[in-house]
Amino acid sequence: MIGYLTRRLGQALLVVAGVVTLTFVIMRLVPGDPAVAYAGPKATPEQLAAASRQFGLDQPLHVQLWNYVRDLVTGDWGTSLRTRQPVREDLFTAFPASLELVGAALILAIVVGIPVGVLAARHKARLPDLGVRLGSMLAVSVPVFWLALTLQTVFASHLGWFPVAGEYDASLDTTSPLTLWTNITIVDALITGNWPIFTSTLDHLVLPALVVAAYPAGVIAQMTRAALIEESGQEHVRLERALGFGETTILTRFALRPALNPVLSLIALVFAYSLVNGFLVEAVFNWPGLGRYAFNAITSADTPGIAGVTLLVAVVYVLVNLVVDLLQGVIDPRVRTR
Amino acid sequence: MIRVRDLRVAYGDRVVAEVPELDVGRGECVAIVGESGSGKSTTLLALLGLTEGARVSGEVSVCGVDVMKARPRALRAVRGAKAALVIQSPQAALSPTTRLGVLMRRALRLHGVTGGPSLTGGAGSTGGPGTMGKGARGIDAVMAQACEAVLLDPAILRRYPHEISGGQAQRFAIAMAIALGAEVILADEPTSALDVTVQAEVVGVLRGLREERGLAVLLVSHDLALVSTIADRVLVMKDGVVVESGPARHVLRDPDHPYTRELLEALP
Amino acid sequence: MTVVEPRRRLPRMPDRLAAFGAVLLVLIVASALFAPWLAPYEENDPRPLDKLLEPSSSHWFGTDHVGRDILTQILYGGRTSLAIAAAVLAVSALVGVTLGVVAGYAGGWIRDVIMRITDIFLAFPALLLSLALAVVLQPSVTTVILAIAVTWWPWYARLSASVAASVSTRSYVDAARCLGVPAPVIVWRHVLPNSITPVLVQLSLDAGGVILTAAALSYLGLGAHEPTAEWGLMVQQGQALFTTNWWVVTFPGLAILVTAFAFNVLGEGLRSALDPRRTVIR
Repeated sequence: MIGYLTRRLGQALLVVAGVVTLTFVIMRLVPGDPAVAYAGPKATPEQLAAASRQFGLDQPLHVQLWNYVRDLVTGDWGTSLRTRQPVREDLFTAFPASLELVGAALILAIVVGIPVGVLAARHKARLPDLGVRLGSMLAVSVPVFWLALTLQTVFASHLGWFPVAGEYDASLDTTSPLTLWTNITIVDALITGNWPIFTSTLDHLVLPALVVAAYPAGVIAQMTRAALIEESGQEHVRLERALGFGETTILTRFALRPALNPVLSLIALVFAYSLVNGFLVEAVFNWPGLGRYAFNAITSADTPGIAGVTLLVAVVYVLVNLVVDLLQGVIDPRVRTR
Repeated sequence: MIRVRDLRVAYGDRVVAEVPELDVGRGECVAIVGESGSGKSTTLLALLGLTEGARVSGEVSVCGVDVMKARPRALRAVRGAKAALVIQSPQAALSPTTRLGVLMRRALRLHGVTGGPSLTGGAGSTGGPGTMGKGARGIDAVMAQACEAVLLDPAILRRYPHEISGGQAQRFAIAMAIALGAEVILADEPTSALDVTVQAEVVGVLRGLREERGLAVLLVSHDLALVSTIADRVLVMKDGVVVESGPARHVLRDPDHPYTRELLEALP
Repeated sequence: MTVVEPRRRLPRMPDRLAAFGAVLLVLIVASALFAPWLAPYEENDPRPLDKLLEPSSSHWFGTDHVGRDILTQILYGGRTSLAIAAAVLAVSALVGVTLGVVAGYAGGWIRDVIMRITDIFLAFPALLLSLALAVVLQPSVTTVILAIAVTWWPWYARLSASVAASVSTRSYVDAARCLGVPAPVIVWRHVLPNSITPVLVQLSLDAGGVILTAAALSYLGLGAHEPTAEWGLMVQQGQALFTTNWWVVTFPGLAILVTAFAFNVLGEGLRSALDPRRTVIR
């Protein structure tokens, strides 16, 4: 287990190093001069040179890469050209909101996807299975931004069941201000007992979370179904049948746990995908997360901002994969001894 | 305990097993012998109604239940509680993520065994919510006793299938049958995946059960040496058809059918 | 005498779903190819007097904010989307399979280097890397193709590397090597043909994802722009009017959904026909 752990950690570090380099390269590809973007179009040559020196742009490339890495490690993720704030602080406020959205969506997707996958496997090649397969195919084929717009127009604008946009009712900030602990609004509201903000956030969360959940729910259902069908071909299932267990019991109590292993690594992949897919949903619902930050950065050619978001998401992705690999050892005892 | 007449199992147009007559009484051991693909395992599974996707016809009665006509619920009550299956590759036959004790406990709960005064008390739910605490302790006792009956340390119940040996797994499968109070044991190649010494242990356990508890054993095997030590009567199957049957002594010593002779000559 | 019959199941369902996807796809491709003949109006023909008309017999899907027929724009938009998908898949399969086959056949440090680079690209969620690249380059259809292809090739590299590695250990390849057949010839004759099938299945599975990503980039204004007809762009242009004129967003979105769905269903059917155990999702 220890050997496995260190090998896995080393791999992750290598990937992160590559990610940093790649991000750096992409940033250097930007056609405009960051110094110009920072100092403004009317800056004098002296001001330009000063900005250039400030960003270290007068150094050779490998020195710049080295400086970039050193700054990243020491926590200096650069200064946003748009907000003129340290990127790290910007991300620090934006990331929790995205996490809140994606977390809610994934919980929804798991709660729906796994039972639905079990249902399909239980009635394999019969009508419920066909329904689940069609439904999950539609869920993974729907363009998120369109689904977001549609749900927003139907359920918020026309029917008025849910708020149109935002994370919670901004007027609550004055009537019942929120104490921040984790920066995740709904969690903070819950632990500080701030019910007005909690219910308002929940209300605002429903539609965007539903949209973000569509894709993961679809793939989780498909994967659960496939894994369960494969698992129920295993020999142990014959013994369980011979012991008199019903089909549903066999699927949920005996086959589901070994089958969950591939589903779990899938959830990790889907988490990162949903985080970025959520960017589009954030744009539609004006959710104050990474997506909105990224878009503002994009429209104002804020390279450090874009680089920061890219880097953060890639690192999160690597971390999630790492955690899942370790978790698999907990779910399937055979992995531990490997 | 087992009564089969004119059993015929077919997948599509292919008949894989045809058994005109098979009876196993209390305390009796009958063996079905044949090479792989002869339809002997299919016959065994048909007794429990486990031949999925097959067309099955004939009369099959196990412990007084008509397997062909029984509703799924009645059929599931027979499986495990009255007729227990012991299959060939022991580890693969146990769910990899379930501890042995958890599997056994679930099976006991399923069939309503709570560990009351009668240890062999099979189906029929007697454990109401009020007796839960006592029931749980009772179940533990039943499980431990069942393990001891097959010479297993009850500590094995805390292990996962990949942590035990093949012989232990096979004996555990038999222990489940005991704990559930099964009256019939259907053993499908119970020893072929085991070492010779372990084989002897398992055979000893099976023979003991039969003698002490009066269990009926239907054994499926290609191992004539094993069969000769334990079986009272023998059926020889080839290509889905019973070619010879009769008392073990007669069939094994003085076979009528050339195929049986061939099998016997192949013995080392 | 009692007879137990096997339970009835839906007849060969996966094949039917896949066939359904294939038929749908043929229809979509045909309607894009024959758009000039099928479309009721000229492409990109604004008629200010006819703007924002509801769906009717003369404009089945209504008209947009400058008076273009939405059905016509969708038919022409299909050309853009399918062309982008084809280009992305061609580029990424070409790059990915080449690198993958080299890695799988060569093995050793060459394989290690190529695979580690692949890992790094795979660590970026596809849409994010595409986003970053699309920002760096100028918004255009070519940008969309490049940006998506950059995130897509590693999957083909990884897939064909594993196939190539297993093929190159087979005895006939060993025999060829012993006979002094040069490596490029072995790769071309034996390794490549064996890597093609899984890659083709992967291509059909991926086409849906590429169409969704391309539409998303265009929706964000990073891809196709006027006067090119593109579904994502149509959704973007219509979104401000969605509450009052439902058709301007609904129909282009449905076009994306149906196309991605057709590809996904077909790819899934092909995959389960060839290898029922593996499920590739990302």
